[in-house]
Amino acid sequence: MPTQNPLKILLVDDEPPARERLRTLLGDIAGQCPVEVVGEAANGVQALEFLQQALADVVLSDIRMPGMDGIELASHLGRLDRPPAVIFTTAYDNYAVQAFDLNAVDYLMKPVRAQRLLAALQKVSGQRPDSALFAGIGQAVRGGGRTHLSCHERGRLLLVPVVEVLYFKADLKYVTARTVEREYLLDESLTHLEEEFPERFLRLHRAVLVARPALAGFEKAAGDDAEAYGWALLRGVSEKLPVSRRQWAAARAELTA
Amino acid sequence: MTSIRHFPATHPLPDWRNFGVMLRVLLGVNVLAALGALVQAPDLLNWWERFMDLASIVEPLLLLCLGVLSLLRDGLWRLRLRHGQACVLALTALMAGSMHAYAASLNLVDGAFSRSILLTLATTGLLLGYFELRSRAFSPAQAEARLAALNARIRPHFLFNSLNAVLSLIRAQPQQAEAALESLSDLFRAAMRDPAELVSLADEVALGRQYLELEQLRLGERLSADWQVDEAALGLPIPPLMLQPLLENAVYHGVEPSATGGVVGVQIRRRGEELHVRITNPTVGQRAHAAGNHMALANIRERLALYYDLEARLETEAGDNSYEVRIVLPCQRKIR
Repeated sequence: MPTQNPLKILLVDDEPPARERLRTLLGDIAGQCPVEVVGEAANGVQALEFLQQALADVVLSDIRMPGMDGIELASHLGRLDRPPAVIFTTAYDNYAVQAFDLNAVDYLMKPVRAQRLLAALQKVSGQRPDSALFAGIGQAVRGGGRTHLSCHERGRLLLVPVVEVLYFKADLKYVTARTVEREYLLDESLTHLEEEFPERFLRLHRAVLVARPALAGFEKAAGDDAEAYGWALLRGVSEKLPVSRRQWAAARAELTA
Repeated sequence: MTSIRHFPATHPLPDWRNFGVMLRVLLGVNVLAALGALVQAPDLLNWWERFMDLASIVEPLLLLCLGVLSLLRDGLWRLRLRHGQACVLALTALMAGSMHAYAASLNLVDGAFSRSILLTLATTGLLLGYFELRSRAFSPAQAEARLAALNARIRPHFLFNSLNAVLSLIRAQPQQAEAALESLSDLFRAAMRDPAELVSLADEVALGRQYLELEQLRLGERLSADWQVDEAALGLPIPPLMLQPLLENAVYHGVEPSATGGVVGVQIRRRGEELHVRITNPTVGQRAHAAGNHMALANIRERLALYYDLEARLETEAGDNSYEVRIVLPCQRKIR
């Protein structure tokens, strides 16, 4: 059971009336479970921005939202230093509900009943969302990868929109994501990224994935270059990426297609 | 009230004025003629020649028969089925006979008089049999059951989200909550109505507006609608729930996935004897919910085929940032 301190709650839903309804219900159960609504957000990105500034114990989140959906939000939440617990609310989403039942994830069906909300709050507080679990569920439910990648930098959680990434490069332990502006160090594996975004990213080399729209051209390497068979040129940045002998034909075909 | 029970596609004696029926008759007769030519021709080289010879006799007769039958359609429909079919057989035999006599007087045709009559009777009999079987396959009872199954398709996603929005209003704005529940009940009444009855376009437009108002309740400023409705078209009868599922699609795929929202455009115009309905919505991002969308469209396409056979069409066009659905219906005047 939570302590005397009221439970700090963040409401996430793209529909204002749905957030209003949750506020009303939380007011109704305040006698049995003291709560404080610390903020509201209309999608996952806004929720994560809010949590950089303030703390919450529980996030009540809708699933289907524009920008970043609730399941992806949960996968990023797991990387926060003090992550809030997550309870999903959904009006009707067969796939998500099946996935949640399989993985024993707590969710509420909209319209939500006060008693169900109370029970969920008492059970869930203090649980840390499992990033890997939600990354997997998200991919199964929406049939595609995340919209954002997250990384830690000086104690902050940074979001990198996947559409802005030009390429991923693996070094000893980390994967670097390059956008036009800068580089980010990610705690991800290149193999997972390749599996998650097969339509957007193309393998050029054992250690390199490139965004297909970023490819501008190719040039053959000098005869005895051990590192690369050829080089890929990119739009937007002057760097070249190595292409291995194995990937050379497939990569060239990508540009002519 | 106009109903599918009176619709040409389901009458065992076909509607000779219907484009789909004409197409089937023309194709059927010509295929038979081609087969006949193949039987007569000694080798494949002579096949085409034989077919052309045959066609010069068959086509005028065919067009004449179609013309006469179109004129007599309503009279034939009033007879009992077997009598009607007998009349059609007698009429075509009569016309074949007079054509033969006329052609023979000009020395254009060889062969016996009775042979022409028999061939005509056999062809007509085959086609009548085909149309009777077809009407049984699309019998009113079956068509109605299909329609009922196809019609009741308001997304549960919409129902529960709307109920949730109404619940949020009850304490703070009870009057708005009442209005929303009234709209919701109108929508469900429409979904549960007899799907065989046609409704007026004005009713369907009113229902569409109510639906969009409900969606606006939960989506707020993200959803806006642009209605351009030709006043002259409002009295026309159309199948029920043609517009609402398309609006629902437009909101679900075009507006909800976007954080900034978008405009759903509805344009309804009468062009001569056709009613043109156009619904547009913006498209967002690379993630399309293609599967759900195709189901709704396939559903409407099937219903259009049940009501109008080949005379209605549904087209879609996906632009860079927009999606458009167009429906063209014949302006069916009230029958009887």
